[in-house]
Amino acid sequence: MTEPTITPMVKSEGVHKYFGRLEVLKGIDLEVMPGEVMCVIGPSGSGKSTFLRCINHLEKLTAGKLWVDGELVGYRQKGDKLHELRDNEVAAKRREIGMVFQRFNLFPHMTVCENVMEAPIQVKGVAKAKARERALALLERVGLADKPKAYPRELSGGQQQRVAIARALAMDPKLMLFDEPTSALDPELVGEVLAVMRQLAEDGMTMVVVTHEMGFAKEVGDSLVFMDGGVVVEQGSPRDVISNPQHERTKAFLGKVLT
Amino acid sequence: MTSPETDERKNRIPPEQIVAVPVRHPGRWVAAAALLVLAAMLVNSLVTNPAWSWDVVWQFLFSDRVLKGLWVTIELTLLAMVIGVVLGIVVAVMRLSRNPIVSTIAWLYAWFFRGTPVLVQVIFWSYIAVLYPTLSLGIPFGPEFVYFDSNLLIPIFAGAVLGFGLNEAAYMSEIVRAGILSVDQGQTEAAEALGMTRLKILRRIVLPQAMRVIIPPTGNETISMLKTTSLASVIAVGDLFTQVQLIYGGNLKYVPLLVVASIWYLVLTSLLSIAQYFIERRYSRGAIPARQGGFLGFGRPKSGLA
Ligand SMILES: Nc1ncnc2c1ncn2[C@@H]1O[C@H](COP(=O)(O)OP(=O)(O)O)[C@@H](O)[C@H]1O
Ligand SMILES: [Mg+2]
Repeated sequence: MTEPTITPMVKSEGVHKYFGRLEVLKGIDLEVMPGEVMCVIGPSGSGKSTFLRCINHLEKLTAGKLWVDGELVGYRQKGDKLHELRDNEVAAKRREIGMVFQRFNLFPHMTVCENVMEAPIQVKGVAKAKARERALALLERVGLADKPKAYPRELSGGQQQRVAIARALAMDPKLMLFDEPTSALDPELVGEVLAVMRQLAEDGMTMVVVTHEMGFAKEVGDSLVFMDGGVVVEQGSPRDVISNPQHERTKAFLGKVLT
Repeated sequence: MTSPETDERKNRIPPEQIVAVPVRHPGRWVAAAALLVLAAMLVNSLVTNPAWSWDVVWQFLFSDRVLKGLWVTIELTLLAMVIGVVLGIVVAVMRLSRNPIVSTIAWLYAWFFRGTPVLVQVIFWSYIAVLYPTLSLGIPFGPEFVYFDSNLLIPIFAGAVLGFGLNEAAYMSEIVRAGILSVDQGQTEAAEALGMTRLKILRRIVLPQAMRVIIPPTGNETISMLKTTSLASVIAVGDLFTQVQLIYGGNLKYVPLLVVASIWYLVLTSLLSIAQYFIERRYSRGAIPARQGGFLGFGRPKSGLA
């Protein structure tokens, strides 16, 4: 069998991250292929958010290397030397990666439509009319066609999170990062957000999803990673990992979340 | 559209509103009566005591000199506040910079200008301005491309504007910094994740939200500045208080002229309060309505059925 020569969307090699003297990531090796949906689970404080934030350079790696779509994150390689990227170069890279946060982080002083239009206009220089048209289409896609003029605080958590997804999609990212997108939601609102994410996965988006929704991981995820204490303890197909965990720590964690 | 739900809503009987005897507050009536009596005594004394000489107040309230002084006070206040706010934002942003040299310079600025009396600064800058009657702005040692060449009054006025403005910037920088820090870190992160640059994030995301925290104390600062400019009378800049002092220095009618000045200061501070209300409303876009408050306490939530 020949190795397929597809560039992974995310490739992580020995990624370490220290906060001061606290080692939060202790050597993460991972690959996410284009179109893949990778779910990441693990106890609180295990470094899941930190790893996600490293991928779009919201955090600087301490050691190791990270590539997104074949390009080094945060550095440029010249010969055998690494050169740090300037702020605006980092910002340019981030346009291609969408991120959805646990607490939505919508801009409260802008309407729903303005939230979605903001980055295309300010970052890509898209014309206002065009950005609005696109925003309305995206809002329809996440089931919020009737809310463009509402302010974020007038929406339920589930609706806010769907706006946040539309806002990220407006930049046409090739990779979407989700950091516990449903953890701040009331239970009855979780489904509507997962439905939008599921649709996104079916449309072929590459996604890295930190979540505790085992049902979603099992049905939508192509791979599942269990992290604990800053290392990847176990990874594989979601079904295998969930029904037949190999490590004690995985078993213990799954025992708690699958009750 | 008639769904079973809307039918049901239409047929529902509105709930009966609560009818109850409200709590009585006899203390309030006693206090009100006492205050009313005191107010009547005050008004009586204001009108009948000849020391107030209301005719003199009327004579000078709209006199040319007083109005000229009033205008100088307005100019001085507005220009100083513009310098204060703009420079204050710059210093606040420098203070929050990741570059240690830049943030130290900003800290030193606030330390120096808050640590010395504003009157000293104003006199200092006026002297500097008078010493350089031909003031030039330009590339150091290079060609000069802006000239101010004039009699003494303009340099004194410029010195006063600079003195008040630079001093105000030190205070404003703290207000702006507090405003910026009050904005949730998640906002910056979300904007960074969208690929926005630091300056754009500041201008589009952080400052507009910080405004809600910045505006009320800035209103206070403006009102305070309006009155602080009366200190400029020591350098005879021709502001309202200077003019009033010059007039009563001549005719010795202290009380009525101080009343004239007070009336104008009150009028200006009232106008500023109204302006502040509208600016605050503009920047509360998307905020929780209960926090939006009303002008002079009107527009508070009402009980009962909507
Ligand atoms: N900015 C930071 N400074 C210091 N410590 C941090 C910072 N961010 C996260 N940490 C620490 O790193 C560890 C992992 O955090 P995180 O990645 O958020 O875990 P998870 O998302 O898996 O719950 C925690 O112990 C947390 O306290
Ligand atoms: Mg987390």
